[in-house]
Amino acid sequence: MWDYSEKVMDYFRNPRNMGELEDANGIGKVGSMACGDVMYLYLKIDPKTEVIEKATFKTFGCASAIASASILTEMVIGKTIDEALKITNKDIVEALGGLPQAKFHCSVMGSEALEAAVNDYRGIKPEEKEELEGKLVCKCFAVTDKLIEKVVRENHLTTVEEVTAYTKAGGACGSCKEEIKEIIDRVNSHPCCNL
Amino acid sequence: MFVYLDNNATTGVAKEVLETMLPYLQEEYGNPSSMYEFARRPIKAVETARRQVAEFLGAAYEDEIIFTSCGSESDSTAILGSLQAQIPPSQGGRDEVIVSDVEHPAVFNLRKHLERMGYTVKVLPVNKSGLVETAALEKVISEKTALVSVMYANNETGCIMPIAELTEIAHRFGALMHTDAVQAAGKIKLDVQKLNVDMLGISGHKIHAPKGVGALYLKRGTSFRPFLAGGHQERGRRAGTENVASIAGLGKACEMANEALEYEQTEIRRLRDKLEAGLLTIPYSYLNGDKEKRTPNTTNISFEFIEGEAILLSMSDKGICASTGSACSSESLEPSHVLLAQGLPAKLAHSAVRFSLSRYTTESEIDYVIAEMPKVIERIRAMSPFWHEN
Repeated sequence: MWDYSEKVMDYFRNPRNMGELEDANGIGKVGSMACGDVMYLYLKIDPKTEVIEKATFKTFGCASAIASASILTEMVIGKTIDEALKITNKDIVEALGGLPQAKFHCSVMGSEALEAAVNDYRGIKPEEKEELEGKLVCKCFAVTDKLIEKVVRENHLTTVEEVTAYTKAGGACGSCKEEIKEIIDRVNSHPCCNL
Repeated sequence: MFVYLDNNATTGVAKEVLETMLPYLQEEYGNPSSMYEFARRPIKAVETARRQVAEFLGAAYEDEIIFTSCGSESDSTAILGSLQAQIPPSQGGRDEVIVSDVEHPAVFNLRKHLERMGYTVKVLPVNKSGLVETAALEKVISEKTALVSVMYANNETGCIMPIAELTEIAHRFGALMHTDAVQAAGKIKLDVQKLNVDMLGISGHKIHAPKGVGALYLKRGTSFRPFLAGGHQERGRRAGTENVASIAGLGKACEMANEALEYEQTEIRRLRDKLEAGLLTIPYSYLNGDKEKRTPNTTNISFEFIEGEAILLSMSDKGICASTGSACSSESLEPSHVLLAQGLPAKLAHSAVRFSLSRYTTESEIDYVIAEMPKVIERIRAMSPFWHEN
């Protein structure tokens, strides 16, 4: 039994902004059903001001995946795209009053969905995006080196176990654990470079 | 309403079992190894329990029963204790162990340990219904096989494996046969002589005895070295002062389970079938595991397009307890290895919910679950990007 915060359970029981958005002009779809969680984020962005006017979500996943998506919609509404993109997975965890460590990947999925929705709005196609996202490290859960670098940097991670908790990378067959360790060492030895 | 349908996870201690136990926690606290009169009743309690467990398992001799602390200890004791008494692989002894692909971690996770001991562990597949087929064992077994371990009934699907037939094959090749009967106990008739297995383990807390007690049947004549070494208890086969109260409780629980077997096969089966039929009227819901060859108290159903943990938490809000094959409910990131082993796609393994009844389950509880589950499923599906009303 997970020790979910009151807030996680509240957003799971009473999800805010749940459903599809008819007039969305930016849709982010991340995750996979085989991995156990999928998040769709729908944004209605004012093209003139780039302010996010509406945001909704749909989630296939556990309570923390549902709560992460729901609270994220509240966090982005009223912000400009650039302001919204500054939201990190850590901000989502904090807004939820904390998440069990093994569930941090749900918050990471939230920030990924946000990025994907903005990319969709900007007309950056998923194919191009994949290139931007870098090399596939964890083949079981389709996690790239760019995502691992990002979570390591933003959350000051130092161990492979932490990376697995945040991204699932290395959580199935485990054959990429060496590579994850190398990425951690690389990022932590260059803390100020934008790798 | 509170409805507990997770009896394959654990059960409540029966009132009669608790009453049997209490004297040995209070006034009759003597150590069975002591020499004075005060130890007589605890000694008698342990021996009464041994007779009750032997009867429950259909054992020929009471000294074939060893009390342990749990199902996992019974499994480790059986597998490691019997192999340690054989010529080790490094000295030219048999060097293969065969287990099924759907074993409980108590057996499945011994693989690495066995490999360090020099054994090659071969894994038997299951068919689409979740059953081990005898042909699968025929294919991999050889004169090099030291031991075969296949569970009697699976914890997630309730599937009942053909243990007597598998034992016949194992013995034909001179291998030992072990079965983890933790999930079969109390649900189907256990008869170690008919099965002809060399070792069989059970756990107390799955049959309304407390947590922290189990038993191992070790057929007379089976070479064995204690897994837990030390004192002389259990005829030198398991050290440690006897957990008298819990052992007495286990004995009573076995006696009660034996008496309730008929009820389990008729009434519990009827309630399970009613629940199952009710739940399968929910669109896009599928039964996992063989419909016939399974324990009468278990049903495992996938509710497509949604994930198990969300279903369980939503059920919990209605007071209903069950469990899931989804990864999200556990520390591991992979969904149920049992469901994947029978060829279920990961997305359906993530959406699987196991309901397991006990003889204390009532009709009104089942009616409540049948009435509430469609609402739970509908609520979670409304949030799923893959669910479309039509």
